[in-house]
Amino acid sequence: MSELTAVDRKIIDNLQGEFPICERPYAAVAERLGISEEVLLQRLERLLADKVLTRFGPMYQIERMGGAFILAALAVPEARYEEVTALVNALPQVAHNYRREHAMNMWFVLATETQGGIAEAVARIEHDTGLPVYAFPKEREFFVEMKLETRR
Amino acid sequence: MIDEIDRALIVATQGGLPLVARPYHAIGEQIGLPGEEVMRRLQALLAAGIIRRIGAVPNHYAIGWTANGMTVWDVADDQVDALGAIVGALPFVTHSYRRPRALPAWPYNLFAMVHGSSRDECAVKALEIKALLGDACRANDILYSTKILKKTGLRIGG
Repeated sequence: MSELTAVDRKIIDNLQGEFPICERPYAAVAERLGISEEVLLQRLERLLADKVLTRFGPMYQIERMGGAFILAALAVPEARYEEVTALVNALPQVAHNYRREHAMNMWFVLATETQGGIAEAVARIEHDTGLPVYAFPKEREFFVEMKLETRR
Repeated sequence: MIDEIDRALIVATQGGLPLVARPYHAIGEQIGLPGEEVMRRLQALLAAGIIRRIGAVPNHYAIGWTANGMTVWDVADDQVDALGAIVGALPFVTHSYRRPRALPAWPYNLFAMVHGSSRDECAVKALEIKALLGDACRANDILYSTKILKKTGLRIGG
C-alpha cells in the first residue's frame, strides 16, 4: 500500500459524509479542498484501487426500507477457518465479516431486504458450515457515527 | 417506503458512485432516468434516512487505526439503557448497541466499538467505559479484530 499524501488525507477526512447532490459534485468538493476536479477523481480512483477506501457512495440503511440487519458470530474450529470464511462470505447477505480473537472468532453483519431474510440466511450458514450461529440483533442503538480521521 | 425506481437506483449505487464529472447523470443513463430525477430521488432517500450518508468508507487499518476492539459488557438489565446512552456519547465510541445475551456462552448485553493506533490505546478507552459502568457491570471483555474478511456493505439483488 502506497503512502498517503497530504491530499489523500484531506480527501479522506473531508469526504466521509455530506457529499453533495448536484450536477458536478466532485468539482464542488474539489473547489472546497483547493484541488482540481481531475485530481480529486484520480486520487479517489487510486484510494479505491489501493483499498484505502472500501467504497465511495451512498450508505444505505436497510431497516428504513423494510429490511433487517443483525450482528452474528460463529465459533469456528481453527482448522476449518478458511473453508468457513469462504462459505460465509459467499452469501450476498453478509455485508461485513471480521476475524476476532475469542472462542467466537468470526463476527459478521447480515443485511437482508426482508425481515424473514435474516432467519433464512442464518439457516443457510448453519446448514453450509454445520456450526451454530449466534445471532445478536440490536435491541437498542445508542450511537452510530462511523467516521475516523486519518492517523498516518 | 421505496418504489421500483428507487430500488433500481439503490442497486445501481450500492457498490459506489461512478468516478466521472457528472456521476448522477451517469447513473441516470444506466437506469433510464434523467439526471435531475436521480438527484431528486437521492435527496428524498437521504431526507427519509434510507441513505445514512454519502461519502467515502475508509478501511480503518489503512488510515492508521490499526487496533479495533469490540468491547462487550454484562450490565444489569435495569441500568443498561441509561448507561448505554452515556457510553454511546463518549467521543471515542463509534457505535454502541444493546443486544441479547446468549447464555451460557455469551453473557454480554452492551456492545461498544473503540478504535486506536494500538491495543493499549483501546484498553485505556475500555477502562474509561468500565469506570462509567461501575458496579452495574458484572463482567466484560474486549475482542480485537485481526482481519477484515469482507467489507462490501449491503447488497440487494438486481
